[in-house]
Amino acid sequence: MAEDKGPDPITPVLTKRWLSPNSWQLSRYEELEGYTALRTALAGTPEQLVALVKDSGLRGRGGAGFPAGVKWSFMPPNEDKPHYLVINADEGEPGTCKDIPLMMADPHSLIEGCVIAAYAMRSHHCFIYVRGEVPHCIRRLNAAVRDAYGAGYLGKDILDSGFDLDITVHAGAGAYICGEETALLDSLEGRRGQPRLKPPFPAAAGLYAAPTTVNNVETIASVPFIVNGGSDWFRTMGSERSPGPKIYSVSGHVEKPGQYEAPLGTTLRQLLELAGGMKDGIGLKFWTPGGSSTPLFTAEHLDVPLDFEGAAEAGSMLGTTAVMVFNETVSVPWAVMKWTEFYEHESCGKCTPCREGTYWLAGILARMVAGKGTESDIDTLLDICDNVLGRSFCALGDGAVSPITSGIKYFRDEFLALCDRNKAVSENPALAGAHS
Amino acid sequence: MTQTVSNVDGQAGDEIFGADTVAKAQEIIGRYPQSRSALLPLLHLVQSVQGYVSQAGIQFCADQLSLSNAEVSAVATFYTMYKRKPCGEHLVSVCTNTLCAVLGGDAIYQRLTEHLGEKGKPLKHEDTAGEPGTPGSITLEHAECLAACDLGPVLQVNYEFYDNQTPDSAVELVDALRRGEKPAPTRGAPLTDLRTVELELAGIYPADEREFRSRVDGPSVAVETVRGAQLANDQGWTAPTMPETAPALPEVEKK
Repeated sequence: MAEDKGPDPITPVLTKRWLSPNSWQLSRYEELEGYTALRTALAGTPEQLVALVKDSGLRGRGGAGFPAGVKWSFMPPNEDKPHYLVINADEGEPGTCKDIPLMMADPHSLIEGCVIAAYAMRSHHCFIYVRGEVPHCIRRLNAAVRDAYGAGYLGKDILDSGFDLDITVHAGAGAYICGEETALLDSLEGRRGQPRLKPPFPAAAGLYAAPTTVNNVETIASVPFIVNGGSDWFRTMGSERSPGPKIYSVSGHVEKPGQYEAPLGTTLRQLLELAGGMKDGIGLKFWTPGGSSTPLFTAEHLDVPLDFEGAAEAGSMLGTTAVMVFNETVSVPWAVMKWTEFYEHESCGKCTPCREGTYWLAGILARMVAGKGTESDIDTLLDICDNVLGRSFCALGDGAVSPITSGIKYFRDEFLALCDRNKAVSENPALAGAHS
Repeated sequence: MTQTVSNVDGQAGDEIFGADTVAKAQEIIGRYPQSRSALLPLLHLVQSVQGYVSQAGIQFCADQLSLSNAEVSAVATFYTMYKRKPCGEHLVSVCTNTLCAVLGGDAIYQRLTEHLGEKGKPLKHEDTAGEPGTPGSITLEHAECLAACDLGPVLQVNYEFYDNQTPDSAVELVDALRRGEKPAPTRGAPLTDLRTVELELAGIYPADEREFRSRVDGPSVAVETVRGAQLANDQGWTAPTMPETAPALPEVEKK
């Protein structure tokens, strides 16, 4: 392949081992370069590893895209208090389905990444917080941790380096909000999963008020590859500000839904080509670039580069690269209503804009979808969204309004059409009836 | 720390949660730097004993962790996996979030509410068909996104995945469960029952190594999971080649 052509359409790095039989087993992992990066890392200093990850430009894969090396550098250099590394494996953003298959297929890549990251941040206890509804994933992680202890990759004096690390796999219990890092920490402390005010940020006061870094699974699983390949290699994929490969989870109305690991900046047009096109040839209507909390895109956005900058410049966010594809048969107001019901259910109730806002938004949308809405409901929706966005305690509120505002922006006619039936009898649009 | 449980629900707690459960609770607590972190696993533990979190279960957790009942209740009521009334042998969770719903999840859920309910009286969310806890009883719920969107519509039995379902396949599945069969999940360990899985979620695994491994080794790879990797393999596509040996780590000033 010509060198100036750039990388191939699919660049399996994190997903490469998934094809191997019994890929989750330690022996297989060791056959396929497993735990080689750990030896390299332990031969260096923590500062060198932080510098390497900074140089690589690796950005958080959990949705926010914060540079991982910079986040690591916020951890204090001293060890006055214990340092904690917490892996956010509470995958639950609608459409997102990359971390669970990763942990099932290749749990040791996460474990190896954890040891390297913990060494870089001088942490001796790492927690992997996995959502409770995936016991099989949790079994695999527990087995991997047990085997890693047995082989000397965890525990005391790892590979004669003098470095100690324990890993605890922790099952959640069904709460989307625990994907928010401070809610996750409260949950891990045995409390209701409600977000904390920031600052202080977790690096200053996280788990048990000690310095803590919370990283996504895919982020940490990328680290061993960066150690083995170097930052220049990592940057041969993706763009200057969004380097590396990324697992795009393509779902919905496509012929071949699945996990496609491609360089950041891949477009939906390219992903659809890989995924065999739209199912049964029915046209594309709307899609999300990175889960339901990222504003909807339409067929106009087929060529938007799906990296952090590209998605943002086009008015959405990269999120978790959960590409949910919906065809022309799907009603936008209905889809928006379903998502809003999700946010209403998952709102933790701590702050008023989100708790009350999602409740009323869901009620109004349900009424509209039932054909009992009026045109003024659209204004009411947007007004509530305006009072939730940026005014909620955490990003759940911001995410909740994304489908609504983007849905109305691109498909206002569909919302209006719902009101047609009711136009003649619109004298009674009282909010009080929203949940009737 | 007290090892007995107060008399609640008209039944002595220590009859429900014996020395064995106390030992498991203490093992779990030992994994955390601060004991309260063990509360979520302990709630899974009491659910593994009773099939739900009862008032006695709340009291047990409170006693083990030296918390008040109110503190434990506040947590138990926050999370959807903790059930507040007795559940069936199996818990069937149907994803009805937008993407699964549009692919058939809503139709599956609707069909199961009718099929498992009585004539003219469909089951409601978290209702149980059959006497809770007895063989073949099924608690039905609709669930939020289960992180298997490429395999939608999905449902879970005791949180093991049954992928690419239809209303008909779902009816077949629950009928088999009611007959006492344990159809294999698409991805997951061989099917057991809700209480067994709750024990695993508490972090307690079979002591027998072979049994443990047989559960770990249950299938996990679906065609969809490896679609990209397989396509790349077929086409000869790869990530750019890494250097032969790992490059030297960057030089930094010694602190």
